[in-house]
Amino acid sequence: MRLTTVSLGTSLALAFGLMASTSAMALDTARLSPKDVSFSFEGPFGTYDRGALQRGYQVYKEVCSACHSAEHLAFHNLDEPGGPEFTEAQARALAAAVKIPADPNDKGETVDDKGAPMMRSATLADHFPSPFPNEQAARASNGGSLPPDLSMVLKAREGGPRYVYSIVTGFDGHVPAGFKVTDGKYYNPYFEGWNISMPPPLKDGTVTYSDGTKATVDQEAHDVVTFLAWASEPKMEERKRFGFGVMVFLILLAGVLYAAYRKVWKDAH
Amino acid sequence: MSGPSTYKPNSGFERWIDTRLPLPRLLHDTIRTFPTPRNLNIWYTFGGILTFCLGVQIVTGVVLAMHYVANAGMAFDSVESIMRDVNYGWLIRYMHSNGASMFFLAVYIHMFRGLYYGSYKAPRELIWIIGVLIYLLMMATAFFGYVLPWGQMSFWGATVITSLFTAIPVVGHSIATWLWGDFAIGDATLNRFFSLHYLLPFIIAAVVGLHIWALHVPGNNNPLGIDVKSPQDTVPFHPYYTVKDAFYLTLFVILFAMFVFFAPDFFGNPDNYQPANPLVTPPDIVPEWYLLPYYAMLRSIPNKLMGVIVMGGALVTLVFIPWLDTSRVRSCRFRPLMKQFFWAFAVACVLLGFCGSQSVDAARFGIPLVWVARVASFYYYAFFWLILPIVGLVETPKKIPASIAQSVLGDTAAAPAE
Repeated sequence: MRLTTVSLGTSLALAFGLMASTSAMALDTARLSPKDVSFSFEGPFGTYDRGALQRGYQVYKEVCSACHSAEHLAFHNLDEPGGPEFTEAQARALAAAVKIPADPNDKGETVDDKGAPMMRSATLADHFPSPFPNEQAARASNGGSLPPDLSMVLKAREGGPRYVYSIVTGFDGHVPAGFKVTDGKYYNPYFEGWNISMPPPLKDGTVTYSDGTKATVDQEAHDVVTFLAWASEPKMEERKRFGFGVMVFLILLAGVLYAAYRKVWKDAH
Repeated sequence: MSGPSTYKPNSGFERWIDTRLPLPRLLHDTIRTFPTPRNLNIWYTFGGILTFCLGVQIVTGVVLAMHYVANAGMAFDSVESIMRDVNYGWLIRYMHSNGASMFFLAVYIHMFRGLYYGSYKAPRELIWIIGVLIYLLMMATAFFGYVLPWGQMSFWGATVITSLFTAIPVVGHSIATWLWGDFAIGDATLNRFFSLHYLLPFIIAAVVGLHIWALHVPGNNNPLGIDVKSPQDTVPFHPYYTVKDAFYLTLFVILFAMFVFFAPDFFGNPDNYQPANPLVTPPDIVPEWYLLPYYAMLRSIPNKLMGVIVMGGALVTLVFIPWLDTSRVRSCRFRPLMKQFFWAFAVACVLLGFCGSQSVDAARFGIPLVWVARVASFYYYAFFWLILPIVGLVETPKKIPASIAQSVLGDTAAAPAE
């Protein structure tokens, strides 16, 4: 397709196409197929594992949110049915623990006496704050790369949950001979081009789970991927439940109509 | 069939209405008593299914438009807000996005059925041509609609398709600028696409009215491709075909619901869950599946203008089919040679679709797909411009039954499966 875009006159595509092809010249650095893991939310009846969602929020909050935004999520989502289902009091407490930029005060000031931006505790109505004020700031802090927003990352990547699981756990391989890890990047064969800007985010014990679950890398990755799956598709459980009812209705309706069809046509053919 | 009306008003009130506005008469004649060949098979239920699809798209689309914001800075987030914050917004939006695919699935079956049974042949040429017009309007509407969520594939798909106009010599770039409303795709483009996406479905509805009106003059073709000769050949549309259409429509809706509720992103592209970014070109720009065969034709021609002409010509060709087919027999059921070319044509279309879905330099079994697409494109043209006229002249058709009634009710050994 790269060639076609060029032939269609998009010079921009030409530039990007050349960049991609030169970096791939020495070695085939196409990404590996994602690891084969399974999740509770798969299949027509799959639901989110409530414990994994709550633990996953903790991993997101303590690890991912240092660099990644999730701007489509609001704190009130945390106590809604089909999600982590924290109690309302718990969700309020989780929100209050997060500081977000305050509105201007009655003197029109947005910074305090020392010149620092005024902050306030988040409420249930607030969306998750972004770690950086703008894209330039995010790039400046991350070696020129932009950490993607995580609200829909599972739906926005080929391979979905397996892809994201493989990325966050895929740093432990040995760098193959002939492959040069770019300065400031990390080797991750599950990422296209194998050079990823994200440092390995998880190790054993990165978080301490309050429910006593042992925080292995695998457990943390599994939990945070479950959380991100819910973040991408918060109405999944409602959708599947609703769909089951619709299917039962339609199959019964089809049965009734088939009987009517047979009766009407009995003597016609 | 159009003819003397059999409508008899049941009450004074109906008579009063009928003498002033003959709407009860119209409904009676078109839906109730309309004489319909008694041998229509499952493939003839797709007309009703398509009407249903159009209705679903309009109803869900009107609701989506209540919440959607046609602004390059807000469109993506407004769609996501529909998915998260609007009551049952996820249902409405998934019905609309999957509904487009189901609509095209049904229209392709409907068109292949028309080709197979010769439904475009005299006296039904205008039904076919109006149908081609509906198909073109559907493609335009679907393209505009795909741009609206303003994701990466929306933006870059729109870039590729609108820049096709720059292939036109001399005035091409001016036309593209005029279409965009700007010097690049942006807010002005999104707004006009939204406006047109809301307008075109109602034009489609009007043209569907013409399609059905034209159908009610000669009446339905049928799998035997022979004319209705006596009242024994037909049954009244209601209840025979209302109940049959309703049953098969329900099966179709079950398939539809499986996608909406259990695989809503099956037809989607992950890139479209990333907001449009004019500075980052996705590695593969792929249109929705229903446009892939034409996209493959476009890409298989190295010259841009020629590619556009080949693609456009493939669509325009459809209009001429009624006069390209020289056979006296309509149905492929009695055309042993044509039947084989027909299925080869279906395979060519699927192959083209597959080639369109792969990256342009891909190969299978050592064969570059661009050459597969070239051969399939050649066959597409040859099928209509060479095979259809020639086979009609040289082929010896099988023996055709004397009447529909004899075929269905008479000697059962000779009767084709209903």
